[in-house]
Amino acid sequence: MNLKIEKKNEIVIIYVKEERLDAHNSGDLKTEMQRLFEEGSKNILVDLHDVRFIDSSGLGALVSGFKNAISHHGNLKLSTLQTQVKSMFELTRLHRVFEIYTSTSEALDNF
Amino acid sequence: MDKREIEVDIKVPNQTRYLSLIGRIGEDIAKELDKYSGDRETLAYHINLVLTEAMVNAIKHANAGDPDKTVHIFINITDNELFIRVYDNGQGFDINAIPPPDFTQLEDRGRGIFLIRSLMDFVSYRKVCDGNVLEMRKRLH
Repeated sequence: MNLKIEKKNEIVIIYVKEERLDAHNSGDLKTEMQRLFEEGSKNILVDLHDVRFIDSSGLGALVSGFKNAISHHGNLKLSTLQTQVKSMFELTRLHRVFEIYTSTSEALDNF
Repeated sequence: MDKREIEVDIKVPNQTRYLSLIGRIGEDIAKELDKYSGDRETLAYHINLVLTEAMVNAIKHANAGDPDKTVHIFINITDNELFIRVYDNGQGFDINAIPPPDFTQLEDRGRGIFLIRSLMDFVSYRKVCDGNVLEMRKRLH
């Protein structure tokens, strides 16, 4: 899976550079988030700007990352969701769980 | 077959790498529905999603991840209805035993069948001669 990782002010930004986040590739994202938290990162922002499609496995990978953040006393937030992707969070009530920001910079200001 | 009816019958190996291919076919079909009065982009996404979820279900749960098995997908679409059947040749499972997700618990899994049920009007999973079929229908009017 194509992930671009940057660090800004102690926040790790994972840019998911894929059109689909699904059962085929979401395991890679889950593993990467787990690795980052285990190596000591506390704050992760997952930027979904390029993701046009998410399925239940993609949502599950993000939930896994969120739970990892809690267990490591950190934070996991999301930014720049496309409309259809956002609607999947709403359908599964996950928009109440995640902090979701409309832009990367707004998300970075809220850690 | 009715003049305005589209049928797609496809078999792919039991592997998640084919999810995007099947999803794309579903989206392209939605865009052919000239008479559909709703939001066609949303319908396209929903067809992509239910096909993806149904195929993952067949790959991981019904066919137990065996890459040598196949998933057979049949899509029939008219002005009035979308009808999808996803066949697997695995052990199967009891769809009625799958509970809806508990929104107070944060689980990694268990949203696939819920999404299918939320987006389609009729869903069933039953045994056929050499496996099982997941049937999903959606009214388009």
